[in-house]
Amino acid sequence: MSDHPLLRVSAVTKFYGSRVGCRDVSFELWPGEVLAVVGESGSGKTTLLNAISTRLMPTSGTVEYCMRDGKFRDLYRMGEAERRFLMRTDWGFVHQNPADGLRMTVSAGANVGERLMAIGDRHYGNIRSSATQWLDRVEIEADRIDDQPRDFSGGMRQRLQIARNLVTGPRLVFMDEPTGGLDVSVQARLLDLMRGLVNDLGLAAIVVTHDLAVARLLSHRMMVMKDGNVIEHGLTDRVLDDPREPYTQLLVSSILQV
Amino acid sequence: MPTPLVVSEVAKSFTMHLRDGIKLPVVKDVNFSVTAGECAVLGGPSGVGKSSILKMLYGNYSVDSGQILITHGNVTVDIASADPRTVLNIRRDVIGYVSQFLRTVPRVSAMDVVAEPLLARGISQDEARERARALLEKLNLPERLWSLPPATFSGGEQQRVNIARGFITDHPLLLLDEPTASLDAANRAVVVDLIRAKKKAGTALLGIFHDQDVREEVADRIIDVSEFRAGKEAA
Repeated sequence: MSDHPLLRVSAVTKFYGSRVGCRDVSFELWPGEVLAVVGESGSGKTTLLNAISTRLMPTSGTVEYCMRDGKFRDLYRMGEAERRFLMRTDWGFVHQNPADGLRMTVSAGANVGERLMAIGDRHYGNIRSSATQWLDRVEIEADRIDDQPRDFSGGMRQRLQIARNLVTGPRLVFMDEPTGGLDVSVQARLLDLMRGLVNDLGLAAIVVTHDLAVARLLSHRMMVMKDGNVIEHGLTDRVLDDPREPYTQLLVSSILQV
Repeated sequence: MPTPLVVSEVAKSFTMHLRDGIKLPVVKDVNFSVTAGECAVLGGPSGVGKSSILKMLYGNYSVDSGQILITHGNVTVDIASADPRTVLNIRRDVIGYVSQFLRTVPRVSAMDVVAEPLLARGISQDEARERARALLEKLNLPERLWSLPPATFSGGEQQRVNIARGFITDHPLLLLDEPTASLDAANRAVVVDLIRAKKKAGTALLGIFHDQDVREEVADRIIDVSEFRAGKEAA
């Protein structure tokens, strides 16, 4: 077990003009740990995710990441090139809408291979065989490798997006409502797949979701947001079985039993 | 005799914010300990707070005040105030838990559900599966079910998967929440044997058993939870 966190978020605040996006959020994420960020639409979950993944400059606060050499670097003090390199190699970002994370008009194989080329892989045969392997891991038939994702179903696109993100062996993956917009049977398959991959690869992940069942299944720890603030934070089982805050109690009691 | 669990002055209440902040006291002044090799049983009528105590020990419920001291390697950790990461490490290494109901995950087979706690502790897939197989066999779960996800199993079948998952590791402390509730006599006897074997191996067990026969066979002593009932006296 490593003895230092992978990501250190301190007092991150984002204002949109005078409106609060998220306020004074601090936490640490450890290698192999999955953190769920839950809350209703507009609670600041996605703002927070973007602010810690260098996609949106926070108004104040710092985000530090433990680089592969073991040194912590402040993400917003890195050069643009370095930051982009990090995002392409050591990080993944899974968007709710796969079209935002995929190139819809190039083949499935190229979507996966592109990330490998970005880190310097040049051998076409190796790239193609890695791509084939990854498509298999996310349960996409090998004979679809030359098809474009625009010909894929929603669930397949999402699985392809996950393969594209994981092919470079990232240590940290950000996911924004990864199962949103998929029907439940497809969701279950995707969740099971993600759970397996996260366990096998020892990935750390931050998953934004409004679905508490997704959070229960995937995460170790959970943060509940409301109006831009983190109102409750703890072990996922504890937050869901014994919610303390009025809003968390409302969320948990609103789950429909099937 | 090592004492892997010491519970000291623990109090617990629920505040129902959606019901005008009504406060439901559960337990207070909970004091007991469990030593290695014994099986202590939480006794008392339904609703007295037995399951709540187990859930506090496992970290599923928060604790209002008091300490729950667990021996983890050669340090003592207070579960009541430990951070989530520490609680997860303790669950992996120290505390096993057989809950009343199995939480099933779509598409994960019974065999893998049972083997998972071993894999989490770094044991090889082959060995973990081998041990899972042995336990499921002992618990008389038909072999044709092993490769299926337990979601569609009967109550007793699910419970046996849950028991196998809890008993497969050598955690020093094992919490049992009515492990025999939906089992037939033959399988109850298997569970009694498993508990005896754990005791012999030096595991500290703390359980809830409504089934009197099982309780009499395994319990070394009964901890009467009604003594810890909060809100008994009119404030």
